[in-house]
Amino acid sequence: MRWFWLDRFTEFACGSHAVAVKGVSLSEDYLHDHMVGYPIMPNSLITEGMAQAGGLLVSENYGFSELVVLGKLAKVEFHTCVRNGDQLTFRVEIEWVRGDGAAVKATAHVGDKLHAKALLFYARMGEGSEEMFGGRLFRPEVLQHWLSLVGVFEVGVKADGSPMQEKDYPQFEICNA
Amino acid sequence: MPSEEEIFDKVREALVDALGVDDDEVTTGATLQGDLDAESIDFLDIVFRLEKAFDIKIERGELFPEDILTNTDYVQDGKVNEAGILKLRERMPFADLTKFEAEPVVQNLGQQLTVKDMCNFVAHKLAG
Repeated sequence: MRWFWLDRFTEFACGSHAVAVKGVSLSEDYLHDHMVGYPIMPNSLITEGMAQAGGLLVSENYGFSELVVLGKLAKVEFHTCVRNGDQLTFRVEIEWVRGDGAAVKATAHVGDKLHAKALLFYARMGEGSEEMFGGRLFRPEVLQHWLSLVGVFEVGVKADGSPMQEKDYPQFEICNA
Repeated sequence: MPSEEEIFDKVREALVDALGVDDDEVTTGATLQGDLDAESIDFLDIVFRLEKAFDIKIERGELFPEDILTNTDYVQDGKVNEAGILKLRERMPFADLTKFEAEPVVQNLGQQLTVKDMCNFVAHKLAG
């Protein structure tokens, strides 16, 4: 199983916000044990979904060229239970961004109902990250594949409103060559 | 320009929110890393809250000049040399570096940064 906790982006506005959805299915293993007889999607995984959506938005802000990691959940609250058959909608907004990191406000809704709300901090690892981790954690082709799977280039728009294109990111062009 | 007390109150609020500490733990002499358990990612959170609270812009390396601490012109064998100390004094006029200068081991700088230094930093920014 790959660590994908959102299915598809429906909006991706560079430098601003993004909206992504995740269908919660009984065919997902983790629901079988959590809880037995009463499946509930764990809030940790819902948080991961919000964090992945925000992380990709922040990563785009740095041209998808450097590693961006979730550093801190400054505030997270949960309101209800998310069950099999529900569809989660994650909305993430860049609240603050700087050369070394960013803050993102995130929510998760089921329909109109607010389920989770979070303030997430991301750290930009910069050029020294390979040395720090003893190797590259995320290869450009893996990131490109992920972005493609979740429809970023289908719905993404740049700050000027023009569509996002893979050719705007040179490292992906090298992968395509 | 807010008074010293007003600056302290807002800095304390930022630290309480960012670090999850109690109001009374945030004293002027408390060190951010040693006493309040701030980790490196918390500094982003703190800077975010200070910018909002005081309507200021804090650039990377302004509060904590990591570029000096990772520059081999200024650091040898894990210690900041004389040129590095001069550079730190220039970049951190808001901080009391006396204790650090006595034993300028790189890691000590973060450990010794106090709430008072943070308040001085904000006052320095507001005055600039």
